[in-house]
Amino acid sequence: MADIVLDHVTKRFPDGYEAVKSMSLEIKDGEFMILVGPSGCGKSTALNMIAGLEDVTEGELRIGGDVVNDRAPKDRDIAMIFQNYALYPHMSVRENMGFALKLAKIDQKEIDKRVEDAAETLDLSEHLERRPANLSGGQRQRVAMGRAIVRDPQAFLMDEPLSNLDAKLRVQMRTEVAELQSRLGTTTVYVTHDQTEAMTLGDRVAVMRAGEIQQVGPPQELYNEPKNLFVAGFIGSPAMNFVVASAEGDTLKLPFVDAPLTDDMREAIKDHDGSVLAGVRPGYFEDAALVEDDKDGVPFKAKIKLIESLGSELFAHFALEQDPNQIDKTTTEAGLDELSGSSLDTIVARLDPASKIKRGDEAELWLDPSKILLFDPESGKRLNTGNADANDDENDDENADDGETSSGSERPDQSEDDSHGAGEADTDTPSKGTDRGTDTKPEEPGGERADQT
Amino acid sequence: MHHSARERTLWSIGLLIVLLFALIPVIWIISLSLKTPATVTDKSFIPTEFSLENYKGLFEGGINDSPFIRPLINSIVIAMITTFISIVLASLAAYAIARLRFPGRQLILAGALAVAMFPPISTVGPLFDMWRTLGLYDTYPGLIIPYLTFSLPLAIYTLVAFFREIPWDLEKAAQVDGATQFQAFRKVIVPLAAPGMFTAAILVFIFAWNDFLFAISLTSSDASRTVPAALAFFTGDSQFTQPTGNIAAAAVLVTIPIIIFVLIFQRRIVAGLTSGAVKG
Repeated sequence: MADIVLDHVTKRFPDGYEAVKSMSLEIKDGEFMILVGPSGCGKSTALNMIAGLEDVTEGELRIGGDVVNDRAPKDRDIAMIFQNYALYPHMSVRENMGFALKLAKIDQKEIDKRVEDAAETLDLSEHLERRPANLSGGQRQRVAMGRAIVRDPQAFLMDEPLSNLDAKLRVQMRTEVAELQSRLGTTTVYVTHDQTEAMTLGDRVAVMRAGEIQQVGPPQELYNEPKNLFVAGFIGSPAMNFVVASAEGDTLKLPFVDAPLTDDMREAIKDHDGSVLAGVRPGYFEDAALVEDDKDGVPFKAKIKLIESLGSELFAHFALEQDPNQIDKTTTEAGLDELSGSSLDTIVARLDPASKIKRGDEAELWLDPSKILLFDPESGKRLNTGNADANDDENDDENADDGETSSGSERPDQSEDDSHGAGEADTDTPSKGTDRGTDTKPEEPGGERADQT
Repeated sequence: MHHSARERTLWSIGLLIVLLFALIPVIWIISLSLKTPATVTDKSFIPTEFSLENYKGLFEGGINDSPFIRPLINSIVIAMITTFISIVLASLAAYAIARLRFPGRQLILAGALAVAMFPPISTVGPLFDMWRTLGLYDTYPGLIIPYLTFSLPLAIYTLVAFFREIPWDLEKAAQVDGATQFQAFRKVIVPLAAPGMFTAAILVFIFAWNDFLFAISLTSSDASRTVPAALAFFTGDSQFTQPTGNIAAAAVLVTIPIIIFVLIFQRRIVAGLTSGAVKG
């Protein structure tokens, strides 16, 4: 077991495209680190560099303290689980799992023992003599895991290992992966484009975009204190809603409601002319009929164009009228257009399932504006803490706010290469209906919205 | 897929025509080989008298005097050596072309194709002179080398297509599992490309086995003469009899190994070995 350190690692392909740009990341011994981001953000390339399957163009890569830049994959003592499992079709499950040990010239008895132990753990004992072709998707996935764990390597690298499973199995395997990792305590780097996996699995999550790490932190931190618009929009399901907002006097003018401006917001945008982007999580909304009177918030009316009921919660979609030109201008740099499921003209609100609101209703909704996050429309940088209550009471949070915003300020000017994402560098398979939130949602909100409008 | 009865009839008729077209000459040769010298010219499709004399005649005199045994051995050895070398070289070349990115990749492939397009007859004259000077004339290498020249492009082309089909992740997985690049190639890629290797092997073998042009031009004795060339040197019982029956019998016999070869490996070629490698 070992720690993995990426020290300003860059991957430049022969055509000049930089898939990974000066990435620095420290993965502690035994840590479960998630690399998450949309297709083409460089996360798989980063993983392949750790595995040794891609050369490091610049920077230094250390595993367990040793610089491994020029070391062949076989000399790095890492195990990798591939998206398509990459099981050897001409070998039985037993041979698949024992292949690495056999190459390492380990005694056959020892190989058998370790393979059988791993098979036991993974519930594969009955299938040891079968070929991968005769296994179900979940079993294949387990064999791939087994192949990794029999070796007891320094680190596990997982490249979207669950994305080929159906939704139910994926949730189940997700739990198993988490359990296995915590039991083995092996350093793990896990690549995914699924924010649900990122949130549920990782000790820490690194959100990547266009070859750069946007933010690294524990999942809850990313959710509560995203450094920028991209992270805010990527983490959370359904995704955060973004609307163009502006401050006038004591009110924050949102396209659908005027909300009181908190001190936190006022402080954040005092040097800011014009409009900002406001990030409103679906959970800040509620059915006005179900809100207790003493709760602070603002009611408003909205025409509901779609209701998605999941039993335990309910999502109401309503449309907005925003000036599309203004949106185009403000969002490209910040990366909003890269966030699937984030559109500026539809708002998703999460309501209590007891709500009686129906599709087509001119419904009265309610918004708790205190946690709204404001973003710089050009850089995407977060401006306020989104922590209005605490801010009113304690001054400490004010300081935290400053620190937060300044640490997020290193990003704004580094996103020229947004338009890439195809070509050689794009080792990420485009998501096949596995967009964020499909674990829990029967339909994809994006597609649904398109149909409705 | 559903076809109407009419459609099926049409397809059946078409198939039958093709089959007849392909098989009648074969049957005709078999028929000829079974006829006695007296009835060989009786123009009947089915022999009136069955006889295995023609076959026996081929083997009369043992290895030294038989006109057939020695060339048969030559054919087998030369075709097998050609096939072996060709597949080994072609799989390495094809692997490089399919997997590695290096400048001139397309050029190599195009060059290989150009060689395959070259009319063999135009190379025979120069080869004849060169081989005589070099001492390769009428030797096994003298035939194997030109066979390799013309079969390699074929083999490379076939194998490149097969290698491209193999998920690259398998090789990455092998490397991460601790294999060197060569081990990954030998233990993972080659077994998976086996159907392609057999396909290419059959093609190369048939090419070498059937060649007449080089065999007749670059050999002068039973030391290296292969069957197709040897057939031309068959003599009748006397100066005035045509060895038609013997030639037919020899032709039938040389076809048999090819048929066996194809039948044995056909299943391996068709078997989708790669299924189950990745989620399908």
